[in-house]
Amino acid sequence: MRNAFIDELVVLARSNPQIALIVGDLGWSVVEPFADEFPDRFLNAGVAEQNMTSMAAGMASEGYHVFTYSIANFPTFRCAEQIRNDVDYHKLPVTVVAVGGGVAYGNLGYSHHAVQDYALMRSLPNMLIASPGDPMEVRACLRYLVSNPQPSYLRLGKAGEPQYHNEVPVISPGEWVILDKGQSSNTFLTTGATLQLAMEAKQKLRDYCDHGVASLPLWGMRYKSMISEMVGGFERVHILEDHFQDGGFGSWVVEGLMSQPELVQRISANHLSRDVYDIVAKSDTLWKRGLSNL
Amino acid sequence: MTSKYLSKNARISTLKMVHKAKASHVASALSIIDILAVLYSEVMNIDPDEPFLVDRDRFILSKGHACAGVYAVLAELGFIQKESLTTYGEDFSILMNHISHKVPGVEFSTGSLGHGLPFGVGKALAATRLQKSWLTFVLLSDGELQEGSNWEALMFAAHHKLDNLVVIVDNNNLQSLTTVEETVNIQSLKEKVLAFGWEVRDVDGHNHEQVKANLSQIPWQTDKPSLLIANTIKGKGVSFMENRVEWHYRSPTDEQLKLALWELEQKDA
Repeated sequence: MRNAFIDELVVLARSNPQIALIVGDLGWSVVEPFADEFPDRFLNAGVAEQNMTSMAAGMASEGYHVFTYSIANFPTFRCAEQIRNDVDYHKLPVTVVAVGGGVAYGNLGYSHHAVQDYALMRSLPNMLIASPGDPMEVRACLRYLVSNPQPSYLRLGKAGEPQYHNEVPVISPGEWVILDKGQSSNTFLTTGATLQLAMEAKQKLRDYCDHGVASLPLWGMRYKSMISEMVGGFERVHILEDHFQDGGFGSWVVEGLMSQPELVQRISANHLSRDVYDIVAKSDTLWKRGLSNL
Repeated sequence: MTSKYLSKNARISTLKMVHKAKASHVASALSIIDILAVLYSEVMNIDPDEPFLVDRDRFILSKGHACAGVYAVLAELGFIQKESLTTYGEDFSILMNHISHKVPGVEFSTGSLGHGLPFGVGKALAATRLQKSWLTFVLLSDGELQEGSNWEALMFAAHHKLDNLVVIVDNNNLQSLTTVEETVNIQSLKEKVLAFGWEVRDVDGHNHEQVKANLSQIPWQTDKPSLLIANTIKGKGVSFMENRVEWHYRSPTDEQLKLALWELEQKDA
């Protein structure tokens, strides 16, 4: 995903001189193509995420669309108030990019696990969350964000994620991308890297072989009202997310259905269980354990 | 309009606004009004008829709680209507009790300390990269320098040679509960910031000529950002508010307002 991110950003930056990239001293062997081609629009802020984020807002207030890039919680929780006050409140075009969504950084430990980031970002009124499910959705998210600059959060996995789309899909906030219609009126709904899990579960687990698969790569507080119409088209919607339940994607979906309890009944979900924070393990192990009972 | 006249009127408006709204931070605003008056009348390239003039100098109040002083100055200059000051802190007013970017002439909302300088660094950096000649001025409080984000920004600005960036520190040595010295001492500030690679000067923050002389010749040194330590008195202009910690929060009573206004009227503009 991170390679698709930088490839696409470079392509978009060639025709959009407002795109700038600031890294928080991370991105070795990822960000160089951008840094080499656009040295005037690339910065390493050093290990200083608060300054990086406010500074990005300052640049954005002068016309730039700034992407800040770092790992997991560093560009989000470390500078949460800078995102809240400087970026989101002022409605400035800053896209916070975090690599290592969920438990992608595995045995690097809890400091590197982004398992509460949705909770933070979806509490911000102007924030658009972009959580692509495969490299093609990464490109789709970037194209949307660059065409519609606004406070935004791009959550990436790491590298080597499978590709499920044959071409870059056209996406829009709140709208589900149907990857597989399935053979029943049941569907998986994923956001981010759990798309892979849904595709695999459909292949491997009998209970789910007839399920469709849908991905929701663009969402946030403003789009909650669109959920009921989408859920209304299915008998059962099973959500997969690599995030804690509290404040997560499933929680967002259910909140969007609060006035229609009959639709809430159609939702089931797998989240990361609470105990992943206290275990040393590779990402696959954490993922399986965290999302057990699937 | 002379800076002295502007500062006298802004002090009077500030007191009336804070009194009517029963708001806090009157002393914080009085502390910076001379700096604001010099900046807005003698130093910055601004146009009240075009608050977003492309080549305007940018001013950011990082100590957003002192916003009454800025609103008062903006009203004197015609950015906003003087009558609107009476809505300060009222329901649905744009004049929020921490500085608001919804007010014409205000670049950036603050209220949580430690945000203004990093944001200003972004503006100054953008000006450099876009080859613009306007300057960015950021006004910080001294207690605010306890926020670590400022030191991230100080380091970055010097590293990137942002000589179009000016920080003014309202050095009144009082913060919320007691003196800065007793809370977490920031001194020796001059030596600290010099060591970070900035050009640093200090002045009497209520001496208009001194403030003007220093802020009118930026950069003080090519390739270095400038930091002016403005030695000020919190509550300046009202004897019973000067250097008194309680006026960080207290709002003047009717009697106190009358006395404060009387004191100000006695002073020359």
